[in-house]
Amino acid sequence: MFDYDFMRYAFIAGVFIALICSVMGTFVVARQTSFFTHTLSEIGFSGASFGIFIGISPLAGMLLFTSASALLIGLSGERLGRREASISVFSGIFLGLGILFLSLSDKQANYATSILFGSIVGIDQSDIEVLVALSIFLLVIITLLFKRLAYNSFDSQGAQYNQRLNKTISIIFLVMLALTISITAQIVGALLIFVLLTIPASATKYFAHRLHQMIILNFIFILFGVWFGLYLSYLTDWPVSFFITVIEALIYGAALLKEHIANHQK
Amino acid sequence: MKPILTVQELDLVIPNRTLFSKLSFEIPQGALTCITGENGVGKTTLVKHLLQDLTSNYTAHTHFAVSRDEVQYVPQHRSIDDEYPLCIRDFVAFGLKKRSFFRHKKENEAKLAQILAETKLTQIQIQPLGRASGGEKQRAYLAQALCADPKLLILDEATASLDTTNKHELLRLLKQVMQQHGLTILFITHDPELIEMYADYELHLENQRGTLISKEAK
Repeated sequence: MFDYDFMRYAFIAGVFIALICSVMGTFVVARQTSFFTHTLSEIGFSGASFGIFIGISPLAGMLLFTSASALLIGLSGERLGRREASISVFSGIFLGLGILFLSLSDKQANYATSILFGSIVGIDQSDIEVLVALSIFLLVIITLLFKRLAYNSFDSQGAQYNQRLNKTISIIFLVMLALTISITAQIVGALLIFVLLTIPASATKYFAHRLHQMIILNFIFILFGVWFGLYLSYLTDWPVSFFITVIEALIYGAALLKEHIANHQK
Repeated sequence: MKPILTVQELDLVIPNRTLFSKLSFEIPQGALTCITGENGVGKTTLVKHLLQDLTSNYTAHTHFAVSRDEVQYVPQHRSIDDEYPLCIRDFVAFGLKKRSFFRHKKENEAKLAQILAETKLTQIQIQPLGRASGGEKQRAYLAQALCADPKLLILDEATASLDTTNKHELLRLLKQVMQQHGLTILFITHDPELIEMYADYELHLENQRGTLISKEAK
């Protein structure tokens, strides 16, 4: 399996994706902005096809669109991102725009599939370099601002009054989320990115209550999902996103089952 | 004693309504002052406005004897549901101001342990906050605020969702930490029993004005 370059790259990418998604996913779930995250990944799809359309790279287009939207949402208040109606409007418009840009750029339809659902065969060395560089950049910011980001995510009302520059922290978080989505979309695709950001983090809630334990467990869940998914995909030639989603969903199912049993024993 | 907060001739207008006009009062240091008044009189709006002035250093009508970092505000509503996963200890630790993990680890841990003990949360510190009772949640909010070494602590309707026993327990705890930490406490409430028993002063807001009444707390 590791004779193929793209498989080695995919496994390496998995480690970095797990590193950033474990922290960002824990915060996303704490902020209860899973659906905004989903919308942001659709905006990412739109950005990627825009990138193809005007001839810059899909990643650049994605970064452009998601960061711009994150800034917009951050400045207008995150509440907008929690409103169901505005989420539906944004989702719809950006998916529509994505299709438009793709059709204007006369690329084949399978290009859309690979942006939306990811493709491991598509990863080459330059992709992995960009991914590692952006991941390290994100990890540095996470390290520097960890406690502020945690306060902002886990106790938004408390942080609003008692943390200096709290609004700036919110905006920084949203831009970091935009970066995370753009980076991760290369492997699992724009639509399934939110699988990695929300499902494992929702499962860890039932197993761990210390912040560092939650993040470590989340890392394990994500890395296991990505690696095992890649392996199964290699064996069966079925799409890797399918396996990752199923594995993460099973982990979440197990968490709910564990919680259910624990509640009944009381 | 020098007041911790002086408000002079403050006009506070929200869309379509004047909440206060030419409002003036002083809040004494080192005491517990209850802010009282009918629902809708603008207690919370006033406090938030004063904090806003402090944050933006606008001193035309409001003068604090402390800096913004020395004020902790405990809001009335927090979105902590049953499934809120984070343990009490980590929630409380968000209040700590010295954030460097390596330089301040020992200092922070010692302080956290002391505050958890004072607020009687030591036993349940690794339980998820979502599973804590109403009284325990309020103590956790208080503990988080104490971690920031405030000089002025403002609590908004902290006893609103508590039963009688827990209310009195929280107020006794407040008076105790006020002594130990040398705090000034502002407490928004409309519970006459608590005001009677624990308030050193009452700031009563009515008809767009405020009157400070000295109380003999028991």
